[in-house]
Amino acid sequence: MFADLPLLSLLIWLPIAGGVLVLMTGDEQRLKHTRVYALLISLLTLAFCVPLYLGFDINTAEMQFQEKVSWIDSFSIYYHLGVDGISMPMIILTSFINLIAVAAGWQAIQTRVAQYMASFLILAGLMNGVFAAMDSILFYVFWEAMLIPMFLIIGIWGGENRIYATIKFFLYTFLGSVLMLVGLIYLYTQSGSFAIIDYYTLPIGLTAQILIFVGFMLAFAVKIPMWPVHTWLPDAHTEAPTAGSIILAAIMLKMGGYGFIRFSLPILPDASSDLAWLLIAMSLIAIVYIGFVALIQKDLKKLIAYSSIAHMGFVTLGFFVVFALVSADRFSAAVLGVQGAMVQMISHGFISGALFLGVGVLYERMHSRQISDYGGVANSMPIFAAFFMLFALANAGLPGTSGFVGELFVILSAFQANPWYGFWAGTALILGAAYTLWMYKRVMFGEIANDRVAALKDVNGREIALLVLLAIPVLLIGLWPQPLLEVMEVSIEHLLQFAVTSKLGF
Amino acid sequence: MVPLSHFLLLGAVLFSLGVAGIVLNRRNIIVLLMCVELMLLAVNTNFIAFSRYLDDVAGQIFVFFILTVAAAEAAIGLAILVLLFRNRGTIDVAVMDELKG
Amino acid sequence: MPGVYLTIVLAPLIAAIVIGLLGHIIGRTASHWLAILGVGLACVLSFWVFKYHVIDGAPIYDAPLYIWGEVAGITFQVGFLVDTLTALMIMVVTFVSLMVHIYTVGYMQGDPGYQRFFCYIALFTFSMLMLVMSNNFLQLFFGWEAVGVVSYLLIGFWFKKDTAVFANLKAFIVNRVGDFGFILGLAAILAYCGSFTYSEVFANVPALADSGMTLPIAGVEWSVITVICILLFIGAMGKSAQVPLHVWLPDSMEGPTPISALIHAATMVTAGVFMVARMSPIFEYSDMALNFVIIIGGVTALFMGLVGIVQNDIKRIIAYSTLSQLGYMMVAVGISAYAAGIFHLFTHAFFKALLFLGAGSVIIAMHHDQDIRNMGNLRKYMPITYVCMLIGSLALIGFPFFSGYYSKDAIIEAAHASTAWAAPFGYWTVLLGVLVTSLYTFRLLFVVFHGKERMRDELRRDLREPRAVVWVPLILLAIPSAIVGGFFIGPMLFDSHTILGQSLFVLPKNDVLFQLAPHYHGAIEFAIHGLTGLPFWFGVAGIVITWLFYVRYPAVPAKIQSHMKWIYHVLINKYGFDEFNQAVFARGGRGLGYALWQFGDVKIIDGALVNGSAHFVGRCALILRRLQSGYLYHYALMMLLGLLVFLLWFTLLR
Repeated sequence: MFADLPLLSLLIWLPIAGGVLVLMTGDEQRLKHTRVYALLISLLTLAFCVPLYLGFDINTAEMQFQEKVSWIDSFSIYYHLGVDGISMPMIILTSFINLIAVAAGWQAIQTRVAQYMASFLILAGLMNGVFAAMDSILFYVFWEAMLIPMFLIIGIWGGENRIYATIKFFLYTFLGSVLMLVGLIYLYTQSGSFAIIDYYTLPIGLTAQILIFVGFMLAFAVKIPMWPVHTWLPDAHTEAPTAGSIILAAIMLKMGGYGFIRFSLPILPDASSDLAWLLIAMSLIAIVYIGFVALIQKDLKKLIAYSSIAHMGFVTLGFFVVFALVSADRFSAAVLGVQGAMVQMISHGFISGALFLGVGVLYERMHSRQISDYGGVANSMPIFAAFFMLFALANAGLPGTSGFVGELFVILSAFQANPWYGFWAGTALILGAAYTLWMYKRVMFGEIANDRVAALKDVNGREIALLVLLAIPVLLIGLWPQPLLEVMEVSIEHLLQFAVTSKLGF
Repeated sequence: MVPLSHFLLLGAVLFSLGVAGIVLNRRNIIVLLMCVELMLLAVNTNFIAFSRYLDDVAGQIFVFFILTVAAAEAAIGLAILVLLFRNRGTIDVAVMDELKG
Repeated sequence: MPGVYLTIVLAPLIAAIVIGLLGHIIGRTASHWLAILGVGLACVLSFWVFKYHVIDGAPIYDAPLYIWGEVAGITFQVGFLVDTLTALMIMVVTFVSLMVHIYTVGYMQGDPGYQRFFCYIALFTFSMLMLVMSNNFLQLFFGWEAVGVVSYLLIGFWFKKDTAVFANLKAFIVNRVGDFGFILGLAAILAYCGSFTYSEVFANVPALADSGMTLPIAGVEWSVITVICILLFIGAMGKSAQVPLHVWLPDSMEGPTPISALIHAATMVTAGVFMVARMSPIFEYSDMALNFVIIIGGVTALFMGLVGIVQNDIKRIIAYSTLSQLGYMMVAVGISAYAAGIFHLFTHAFFKALLFLGAGSVIIAMHHDQDIRNMGNLRKYMPITYVCMLIGSLALIGFPFFSGYYSKDAIIEAAHASTAWAAPFGYWTVLLGVLVTSLYTFRLLFVVFHGKERMRDELRRDLREPRAVVWVPLILLAIPSAIVGGFFIGPMLFDSHTILGQSLFVLPKNDVLFQLAPHYHGAIEFAIHGLTGLPFWFGVAGIVITWLFYVRYPAVPAKIQSHMKWIYHVLINKYGFDEFNQAVFARGGRGLGYALWQFGDVKIIDGALVNGSAHFVGRCALILRRLQSGYLYHYALMMLLGLLVFLLWFTLLR
């Protein structure tokens, strides 16, 4: 019965329309209604992911659920949607995390509730659009439009230093993406089409490839963020409201990784191959350098933000070891690396979302993010401490949680590319445990540090429900990643075929 | 028959007078407005001259457009000027540097 | 059969989950019954599996349970490999675990975290079973880390104690250092063997060894097998607390005593030894790695034992003893006497758990005072504990006829006979280790149970044997500690078809146990023969010395201490490992992090590049804004000039 529905359009426009509706009907007197509407819309959006998952054919690398309508004829720009095994899980993740984000702001937000909820719903639709777009201009429009709600979320409901953080966030990400537009226009002039798929087979000279690659890299590396263009993230996270941090860490960072695998690798194989050393170096620096930086953070949110950067280093590492592996005739290890990177992205969505939610739970009660203000929280909030332990361990990459799968795969494949890559990536095992558990120790363990900690109330039903919702996928992916892997397998192999075929021989 | 060049010369002289008025005048905004009008008239003269010379009425139609716009402009300009005088008590150009960087 | 194996694993897991989620609803009694029943079921079935595989000689069971993941033809599975080695291990694990469960009912009585504790130890049992029953490296690593996490949770069980939460963080991170090596080892295995399943990897190893492939590391070409083995062994060094990754084990004594017995003596810390034995088909092909194992094991066996002599905390003495005994096991596997290593693991599990639980019994009686200087003459008040501790101590020092004797003497004999180049070092360290063992063991026994009564008076009136749930497990552990060695030495080590023969792989040139077998004529004769050997007299010498020093002339130790100050200083500071780690790794890591953050992120990237570019733009604007005079006529002039320039451009230049 769902076969005829334009599922992808629904997933994009339903939350946007719902967001507009919430905005219009919003009423400061009846906050509850506004919240319930927003929750219902996000639930409905998530419900539409079910037929998307069930109807998805894992045996083909073709784009599925395609929709194609002419948009701007004179430049042959289409409203063209479709998903493959790489984007489909990301859409489900987005819709899921959006639900969490809407529910996370339930009590924390008391002013401009309708606008707040609307921002998140619209943001979710736009993010789904990014993952579903098959036309590069459509992609670009969603990509940039996404910044606006996020800009508002941090700028309006953020912390004290929010203006600096929003402007930094906006300029950083915007600066990167305009160069991407230049690259896309160049590709259009060469191919006469804005369809992403047409670019895969478009022959491009090496110089042009490298220039476009640098443009794309700026856009994606800022978003991920890679060292050294990462400094916007800790600031944005610190100032953003809880749900904003959740979305930022769980979804927005993934856009960069998605961009690399969707654009850079298959469209610019030779440039990617030539510059792989640079990206690998940046990834490894992110893992080691940021790991050390995370160790000494005094602010909970900054610590988790830095840990996100380090974890995202695994994603880019997984993508760019591919070239060394293929030239060593180890194609299966290359697939392993990309699979690892993808799993890492999805798993990090859940884990970082959960960690930021946890910090939000503490912040709502104590109004402080400073680690030194806490201590002995486990005494007054035992249930919360147990959940937070689970997510902390997942963040440290414990086997049996989703955080392990991606790291394992990437380390395994990086080692095959060069044992030293594996070595440096492996240090994350030590550093990850050190910064996460040291933070946990200072916040949760020990005698009760002060009266405010003693007065803390344990998590309520809504918060438990959210934490459970996030714990389930973390454990599920950790104990049985196969369902996720098999969804992505064919598509990844297909994209890798483009990534490893040189375009210079034409 | 007066040759075309005379008209053009007249237009140029009027235009230059307008420009000089704008650049050199330091005192009064009304003078500025009048100078703008003068420049527009210079353009009109050129239009009419060419229209006659080329035997094309389009030039004269343009003149009507310009006259209309100039009239509206003068009206709005004077209105602004009045408001300006009311609010600041002067219409001295040398004091009007609100847009200074 | 898979049903039975699955039940063994799942029974403790289900118990753990139910207690973890519903512990406060079902209450204390139900929780401990649930945990005991879960582990008890696993224990009964494990005995049955042992009978089925070892006595009935059932074929090896090796099958996947489910496909964990499959990527580009590489299959990651979860599955069981049950052979005699596994059967032996699960029997030890579930038996000791059951004893500890029962004992905990008494030891943790009244603790607010009662249910949580049972949840953790049941979860530990599950993890340990997953580790030993694994048929592939992925699941091995899962179990490996999972036991580490439960150990972390249990060391920090009393999370209000600062020392406890310091110790558990330290334990986890040091273990992670080992795991770092381990995961690189796994990566190397996948890279060169193309699979994670034991059977496939083991089948590929000989070819890999023949191919002579090398990896350049630090300018030297290392054979791939050696690299794999050493990386895996680094993991074992973390988990089995071998020098220099041993630092976490003494601190782990901050946890409740039952888990010291279960995790930090009998089971988890021996996982490293088990792993090396399980990987014997790989280690056998690398002499370099085996010698490395001998050296690390030997160093740990001797030098950690020495530290035990000067400790005053009853649990720490036993902890250092555990370190030293783990060193023995490592020496054993290093000289390719894997069966001897596992045999020592087997006997050690019983007597060390016994010693810890005995120490726990003393600690209960002493109202949680662990300093042996406050004890003395406790045998009068606690006869059952005393006898059990005595049996455990005799087993530990390897007194003939006790189980420890058989396993330890076999290791010493094998080290003597081995031809590995590091074997003489291994031999001397384990031989001297016997004297050291006997010194710290009997020092503990004499100081605690003999001599003057040094405790406070009000405490003395309270001194008595704890409840039956505490001493019954002691007796149940004392029995195997006394006799199990004699029964098993033949079948384990020397008979024509040894129990572990099907699990362990030894190259004929390395097979020391096979060379010793002709000299073995039964357990009793082995013990009688031991009476004339050097190890026995070292042991006896230790007992005599400690008796003289601590019972007959109690003033002597202090004199020796003041005469040999620097040795005492070195030992009491544990060779300075902790100080070194704190100064270099902990402070260095934080310092580096701070430098990178403040200098790299804040100064260079944010300061110079990000905000710097903003400031640059701002400064340019400061200059450019002078053009913006605000006077209309300036703008008009500019416009005209611009127009003029364009006119000139179009008329003159084109």
